Amino acid sequence: MPPLLEIKELITVFDTNRGRIKAVDGVSLSLQPGETLGIVGESGCGKTMLALSIMRLIPANGSIINGSIFFQGQDLLKLSAEEIRSKRGNEIAMVFQEPMTSLNPVIRIGEQIAEAIRLHQNLPAKQALALSIEQLREVGIPDPERRAQDYPHQLSGGMRQRVMVAMAMSCHPRLLLADEPTTALDVTIQAQILDLISDLKEKNNMAVILITHDLGIVAQTAENVAVMYAGKIVENSQVNEIFANPLHPYTKGLIASLPASCSNDRQEHLETIPGSVPSLYNLAAGCSFRERCSWAETLCAEQDPELREIKSGHFVACWIAQQTKKLN
Amino acid sequence: MPDLLVDIQKLNKKYTLTSGMFNSKNRVVDAVNDVNLKIFKGETLGLVGESGCGKSTLARLITRLEKPSSGFISFKGENINSYNSKSLKAYRRNVQLIFQDPYSSLNPRKSAAVIIKEPLTIHHIGDRNTRSKSVLELMAKVGLSAEQANRYPHEFSGGQRQRIGIARALILRPEMIVADEPVSALDVSIQAQILNLLKDLKQDFGLTYLFVSHDLNVIRHMSDRIAVMYLGQIVELAQNHDIYDYPLHPYTQMLLAAVPSCDRQKKGKKVAIKGEARIEGARGCNFKNRCLYKLPVCEEQQPVLKDINNKRFCACHLVSAKEEE
Repeated sequence: MPPLLEIKELITVFDTNRGRIKAVDGVSLSLQPGETLGIVGESGCGKTMLALSIMRLIPANGSIINGSIFFQGQDLLKLSAEEIRSKRGNEIAMVFQEPMTSLNPVIRIGEQIAEAIRLHQNLPAKQALALSIEQLREVGIPDPERRAQDYPHQLSGGMRQRVMVAMAMSCHPRLLLADEPTTALDVTIQAQILDLISDLKEKNNMAVILITHDLGIVAQTAENVAVMYAGKIVENSQVNEIFANPLHPYTKGLIASLPASCSNDRQEHLETIPGSVPSLYNLAAGCSFRERCSWAETLCAEQDPELREIKSGHFVACWIAQQTKKLN
Repeated sequence: MPDLLVDIQKLNKKYTLTSGMFNSKNRVVDAVNDVNLKIFKGETLGLVGESGCGKSTLARLITRLEKPSSGFISFKGENINSYNSKSLKAYRRNVQLIFQDPYSSLNPRKSAAVIIKEPLTIHHIGDRNTRSKSVLELMAKVGLSAEQANRYPHEFSGGQRQRIGIARALILRPEMIVADEPVSALDVSIQAQILNLLKDLKQDFGLTYLFVSHDLNVIRHMSDRIAVMYLGQIVELAQNHDIYDYPLHPYTQMLLAAVPSCDRQKKGKKVAIKGEARIEGARGCNFKNRCLYKLPVCEEQQPVLKDINNKRFCACHLVSAKEEE
């Protein structure tokens, strides 16, 4: 099957008054129809900018200087502004982290969803509103006819996020980008929203890119995982494989540093990754993780490792992991 | 039995909300509702619950940043709400806070050393030299280097700022630390560093922690005993492993089931979580409209925190009924 989405060598840069930074640095990945890909990384690793690059929504001081994003065989980066607008919200939709700041506070939620429908389907206002009420029902909002008349502030956080999902789903997209969709929510509400996204995905055979910093969420919902660090994908594999057999020292460290749930024995001390995420302003040559890495050798300081497949379906960008695998 | 440090009895905190300019009807929110809780010397008591359940209000009441509407908090047998400003100052020396957001809780115009030193100046402890010396000692203890002493908060990363906040809380050598979501603003890899640091410091300084968090995994890692809060009330209180191995209250069970786990075997349809929290002014159990095991009595009567088997506490009619059988 041809992939739904194929990103090759994508580089997104930002020009700031402190110089140029590479927020997304040579990312390649592909996504099959109906697949859920989890993108994990800490704040500032470029995961949100990757999603915004796919939507062609990067802020004004940013630009995509290299690479291609093929969606259903068409390079999104070569489309005109008009053409990308017809895809955005229609075939590719996005759910953001903070529902309160992404909904318009002075428009009733029914109308906000209807707006998206009218934009892409050219329906009369009344019909679009009826569809949006249907959409609200679909995402499990009780009494949708009445709720459609509410303003965003009248809804709770979980309900607002449901509205965001309803809006994203209104045109039956082929691809949903969910950027930390549950970070602002409580755990019980988080579980509801994640279940909702999984159910809708099954129903519509939609592919999902789930961006999160929470490895637990990835383990529960994704089929494949890409781990990002300083703008690059450092490991990419099937989800069971990544948790059972992490190869990159960063992934290993992340999994080991989680309290409790991910390792059953309750040890006194957690494993830690020393230091902190490097500043993108002055990244030295070589592997960007080497200063926090206990394996680092001279080669790591000289050359940046490439993402290579060292086991079937398991890609890793680490010189040491690649070498030891070769020896075995 | 270790010494009793904090004893909270029938504590209530109500906030009155005025809604809108022309609306004369005020809403009363019970942020903390009839809470009884004991904290023993040397333990880490974890306080867990969802946003709005009153856990931060409880922490603020214990540190006396807020005054209760009714009820008592005693610290080593003294009622802290009867303190005058002088004894309150002494109390603050013994009980210190670590805040959630290391970006907003540090003064951007003061250097790290000044921030950490400030409590000593306020409490007139030591002279210039001894103060500077103890600041440097403590900075080393929390993993900051002496060269960083004259830097300003914006020059530090989130984890390092939280270390400054911890050093500031410890410089007075308090007996108890109230940590309100100390790691929820930090990245995973940094979170582990701070949790380890807090554990080490507890050993070194013989501290007692009240550890407030919404993250069940963090609470599990840190706490000896755990109190679960729901809408202003403590619904379950037990030893760490009891809560995680045999949760009694339906809400605790639901919370634990909702935590995403890296264990793929546990995947599958979890306990369905229905509905949302509160109905204003309704009678009966606060949790009844989300509960899977609702009994007729839950509509009428609010359950109170009861002793189960002389070792743990739970506020649920169902659990008490089972107990009586």
